[in-house]
Amino acid sequence: MSAQPKPVSADRALADRTWNVAAIRRDFPILSQSIHGKPLVYLDNAASSQRPQSVIDAISHYYERDHANVHRGVHTLSQRATDAYEGARETIRRFINAKDVKEVIYTRGTTEGVNLVAQSFARPQLRPGDEILISGLEHHANIVPWQLVCEQTGATLKVIPISTTGEVDFDAFEKLIGPRTKLLALAHVSNALGTVVPVEKFIAVARKHGVPVLLDGAQAVPHMKVDVQALDCDFYCFSGHKMLGPTGIGVLYGKQKLLEKMPPWQGGGDMILTVTFEKTTYNQLPWKFEAGTPHISGAIGLAAAIDYLERIGLDRIASVEHELLDYATAKLSALPGLRIIGTAPEKAAVVSFVLEGIHPHDIGTILDTEGVAIRTGHHCAMPIMDFFRIPATARASMSFYNTFEEIDRLVAALEHTRQVLG
Amino acid sequence: MDLKDLYRDVIVDHNRHPRNFGALQPADAKADGHNPLCGDRLTLYVNLDGDKIAQAKFDGAGCAISVASASLLTEAVKGKSREEVQNLFEQVHALLTQQDAQVDVGKLGKLAALSGVREFPARVKCASLCWHTLNAALDHADANKPVSTE
Repeated sequence: MSAQPKPVSADRALADRTWNVAAIRRDFPILSQSIHGKPLVYLDNAASSQRPQSVIDAISHYYERDHANVHRGVHTLSQRATDAYEGARETIRRFINAKDVKEVIYTRGTTEGVNLVAQSFARPQLRPGDEILISGLEHHANIVPWQLVCEQTGATLKVIPISTTGEVDFDAFEKLIGPRTKLLALAHVSNALGTVVPVEKFIAVARKHGVPVLLDGAQAVPHMKVDVQALDCDFYCFSGHKMLGPTGIGVLYGKQKLLEKMPPWQGGGDMILTVTFEKTTYNQLPWKFEAGTPHISGAIGLAAAIDYLERIGLDRIASVEHELLDYATAKLSALPGLRIIGTAPEKAAVVSFVLEGIHPHDIGTILDTEGVAIRTGHHCAMPIMDFFRIPATARASMSFYNTFEEIDRLVAALEHTRQVLG
Repeated sequence: MDLKDLYRDVIVDHNRHPRNFGALQPADAKADGHNPLCGDRLTLYVNLDGDKIAQAKFDGAGCAISVASASLLTEAVKGKSREEVQNLFEQVHALLTQQDAQVDVGKLGKLAALSGVREFPARVKCASLCWHTLNAALDHADANKPVSTE
């Protein structure tokens, strides 16, 4: 890969031979199809990204050549499967810069990671009067597990308010955190609005209060370089399918000293060393938290996705997506009656918006007939919709494989929407 | 799949200018309808004249299909008996969900404009929300009736 390009406009980006988006798009077979007779424009990447051929091939290869159960047999296939599965863990460790593979726990996704921490870390220590602190930006996956654990323990859920730009109110946070706070759980990047939360600032304050921090990184990991040691967070959760990997696989990173103290949260095979009917000795990290035969192909596919992301480079991805965000923001803002929801200065490539007089659900249907796939609805973040007093938004979310022409297609389809419902 | 089939002129018109829009106070019966998938919310108000619906109104917010469907409903059920309304609901439901629905389009009147919805399965709930809400309102009306001793 040559030096990082910094395209400043559609023309320059396309002229820049170092960023060959056409070649990148050829790596994603799903993108080269037509929907309702029009070339697919896939702008629903925050819900789930697409997969490059290398990820699909890694999974196929595993099932065609290497599949057996892991950590069990002495036979060759079991050894190959175990090597690939544990090798993937090392790839993930390096990717997020965890100190040790013991700190990389496979989960089904971000949601399961948050639930694991809620039940295994928070629940045993929470007492009535204790507080869990989250923000008004959170996805339901970073709200409901805490509500459950609060119901179970008598603890209280406190919410840091957000501003009209969609930023977490730091001053309010400093007032809310205190001796009762037992955990801070924050989105790194908002799925509904795209806000990049300056988590470093929040973590620094939490450290002073001795409060452990969990970050929901589902929307951050695909789009920026994440270093869990530099962040100094205690837990970090993310999902494979939002970062070019398979569905049903995700990661919980946790600091080893915390994970060691936590009880297992599910019992079964693979998480034990010895079992008698009187007593069971649990396995070491990370397997203590991985009961049952795991999603082996998912882990292998996720490692292939990381390889692909690293070949392109997270810095380049962030830079290209930033250009796409700026372009989309400018083009969409120019549409009469369009209001962007979430205008924080630091954003991932997500544009959530409403069109005056037209319900997002109608936008979604009409755009689909133009081949343009976006998300409409509450984005699993109903409290955000309540805050802005809107029932739903339309959300275009970009990935590095999107193009400026595709954003033009989105804009044209929105103009068409206005004609249809005018 | 033709968009013009979904957003027919009647639908667009009733979305832009919903008929019988607003609260009915006092109302003999009312019910709230909510489609959590897309956030559509509406309240349906009914005044009864014996067994017949004397007046129906609605308010709330939703997509074009749900607003137009509710607007069309309030016009269609006026002056109809419970049984006639139930019959109409069954006809509309068949129109929304069955490709080869045996529906007397003539009897449906303007409601026939909803026939394009069945090509868009994700939108069927938008069109049927108001009808389910009307049923709930009529059930409430029953519940509020004094209990007969006979």
